[in-house]
Amino acid sequence: MKNLLKLRNVRRVAQVFFFSLFLFFVFVTDLRYLKGYPVSLFLELDPLVAFATAITTHTVYMGLMWSVLLILPTLLFGRIFCNWICPYGILHHVTGWLLGKRRAEERERIEANRYKNLYSLKYVILIAMIAAAIGLSLHGGTLQIGWLDPICLFHRSMSTVVMPALNLLLPGSVYVRQYFHVGAWIIGFMLLFLVGMNVIIPRFFCRVLCPLGAFLGTLSSVALWRIDRDPHKCVDCDLCLKSCEGASDPHTQLRKSECFVCFNCIEDCPEDALSFKFLPALKREVTAPMVPARRALLGSLVGLGFFAFGRTSGASDRNYDKKVIRPPGSVEEKDFLDRCIKCDQCIRTCPTNVLQPALMESGLEGIWTPILNMKIGFCEVNCTLCGQVCPTGAIQRVTIEEKTGTGPFVEEGPIKLGTAFYDYGRCLPWSMETPCVVCEEVCPVSPKAIYSREVTIIKRDGNPITLRRPYVDPALCIGCGICEHECPVTDEAAIRVSAVGETRSKDRRLLMDGGDVSSVRDLEKRQR
Amino acid sequence: MDLAPDAGEDVSRREFLLRLGLTTALIAGTGLAARKLWQPKHFVPGFEKEVGLQLRSYAPEVSKVLPSLAIAHGTEHEKTIRAAMDALGGMGRFIKKGDIVMIKPNVAFDRPPALAATTHPDALRAVAKLVREAGAAKVMIADNPINSPTGCFLKSGLTAVASEMNLDLMYPEASSFAPLQLEGEILKHWTFFHEPFKTATKVIGLAPCKDHNLCHASMTTKNWYGLLGGRRNQFHQHIHSIVSDFALMMKPTLVILDGMNVLMSNGPTGGRLSDVKPMNTIVAGTDMVAVDSYGYSHLLERDIAELTYLHKAQERGLGNLNWEQTLHKEVTV
Repeated sequence: MKNLLKLRNVRRVAQVFFFSLFLFFVFVTDLRYLKGYPVSLFLELDPLVAFATAITTHTVYMGLMWSVLLILPTLLFGRIFCNWICPYGILHHVTGWLLGKRRAEERERIEANRYKNLYSLKYVILIAMIAAAIGLSLHGGTLQIGWLDPICLFHRSMSTVVMPALNLLLPGSVYVRQYFHVGAWIIGFMLLFLVGMNVIIPRFFCRVLCPLGAFLGTLSSVALWRIDRDPHKCVDCDLCLKSCEGASDPHTQLRKSECFVCFNCIEDCPEDALSFKFLPALKREVTAPMVPARRALLGSLVGLGFFAFGRTSGASDRNYDKKVIRPPGSVEEKDFLDRCIKCDQCIRTCPTNVLQPALMESGLEGIWTPILNMKIGFCEVNCTLCGQVCPTGAIQRVTIEEKTGTGPFVEEGPIKLGTAFYDYGRCLPWSMETPCVVCEEVCPVSPKAIYSREVTIIKRDGNPITLRRPYVDPALCIGCGICEHECPVTDEAAIRVSAVGETRSKDRRLLMDGGDVSSVRDLEKRQR
Repeated sequence: MDLAPDAGEDVSRREFLLRLGLTTALIAGTGLAARKLWQPKHFVPGFEKEVGLQLRSYAPEVSKVLPSLAIAHGTEHEKTIRAAMDALGGMGRFIKKGDIVMIKPNVAFDRPPALAATTHPDALRAVAKLVREAGAAKVMIADNPINSPTGCFLKSGLTAVASEMNLDLMYPEASSFAPLQLEGEILKHWTFFHEPFKTATKVIGLAPCKDHNLCHASMTTKNWYGLLGGRRNQFHQHIHSIVSDFALMMKPTLVILDGMNVLMSNGPTGGRLSDVKPMNTIVAGTDMVAVDSYGYSHLLERDIAELTYLHKAQERGLGNLNWEQTLHKEVTV
């Protein structure tokens, strides 16, 4: 019984539990299974998300308060998150064990787990990200933790690469129709690279790159409990390093900010010299993370540069890209870049695959944030799933009535994502003497935002034909994109949605008062 | 260089045979593979001769005694559907014990039931009940919606009915489709939602009665649109010919037109309650052209001369518009 209750085994049970919970959440983030499950829980527990968004937005959005539940134990026990809870850390732990020097000589394993100066890089990365978030006083900053925050990274990898790949392998297992995510191969190879690096350095990501680890490591400086080595019992065999996950030097002065509290060293020590102690002496530890000051300064400059150069490269202001159509309920663009953590939960849950991870469309800051691609999907009118799963309020949790402008929101009208515009040279009834109007058929609002007028023309062969030619009413169009998606001119549709007219931004409205409201109200019957 | 002590010896008989055998096997294997894999002739991409499956007819025997069309007026879905089926001679006329029944609803859009753009869950529940009472062994529902399949089935209330009544809900997965062949006016070859038809012995179409911006109305004939896949958005170029082709493609056992709440305007998507009018009528029959003819003139209250696809179907001998001339029965609940 004592054998089973080893600390390692207790920890392993916790690892299996949290990793399975993460996979479960990823899998049920689908309209069919979602129900009320808190699928963004890991993101809400992530203290770096709460901390960084508090800097950029001066608020802690809704569920992000849960992160207090993780901050408290960290301040008491250190980085237990990293080895007991973090699903990405667990992934690296397992792959390192599978691929690494598991069967190699003891000596090799010990050497691989010594602290390296390289491990201070994650603090520099964290400093860069915080500097970017603070930005330059008047203009605020930009939220870029999503690149490397492990929970954001893991969710993004699952949503854009792993789940679609799984569905390719077993069609129908994840989606009814196969999903695609433009440019996601970069995310896929990034995942493979980071996981593969465990072969060279165990827990490579966690030790070298993880900004959340760096954040928790900084908080761990004041932890009340830590691994302590009794120098009287210790024989300097260094065996405690054999399975040390954090490379925290338990064989000399424990580096508190690096220790993952995996408890492997306690059981590996043949002299029983290690224990988990309350307030042991400061002399036997390295309390704070060691970050060379010049590198820290350089990191903050890079972070500020990310903000300053990114912002002034002009993507997010007047030169906005018409293809940056954001999900319904999104805050306006500058605020969006202050909130979006690139977790791509919205992309995972979207029922039509319309949401795609942006590349350079909204500039440097917008990489991997969600935009709509109407060639692939469209925004289903009676759906607000993206807002429901967004943990930071980049997409607000709007209701269907707020989205469609019905019920108590009739006066305000619907949320518009943009406006559809005809390209008449490509339109079958306009330029090719061929009947169509699929666009009008599928337009979901009532009265329809697309209407048609009958016209009789003489065809090239001399015969007359009566055609219905479509028009857009910009006052009614909500920019959902189903017209573009269903248009038979599939390479580049004859009707295309672009971002102008989106209601989230005062700057980008098209019609001054939203159109002539009274004539809209009079449209009770569809006019033939 | 150090060689093993016995390196000077010659090849043993065993080794000789093994090595000779291995190389020969590889040569033979290459030859066989080459013969099997060789494509001696080129082809023109996009113009390949296509062969597809053909759907069998699910139509019941023609009866000289029982009506082929029934109209029932009532206020509740189940009672009115039962009355219509009783007028036809009962569901037992069409469904026998052990039948595997495919009910084709219209679930094209993610609309709540009150907007009358999709098959009403109460209608599906009633039909499923009747079919089970008649002895059906298995009941399937399937459709290939325009909006996202999971969203459409869920929001139209049909997912709930499927789990409540233990129906087999089939989503349009890629592997569910196969090419269909047809001697249609326009439709000759198209990808078809074949999965339910692999096992179905009876087919029932259950459609709402809707205005349609392009072809004037979507009722029981147009309902079969949802069995097609691929680039259906090209159909609008020949919409009336293609809808009449559906009457050729599908010979169902029974069609039921749900006119309890009719989408009078802004169809086929609808979107406001003011587009919907309660007409409190169910029409059931074996001829979709006759059923639709009643629906267009009496439920949508329009001039049947407009509905080109029905006239085309009539001309091609695929049904009879003139439902009054056929054996029919009208009841009120």
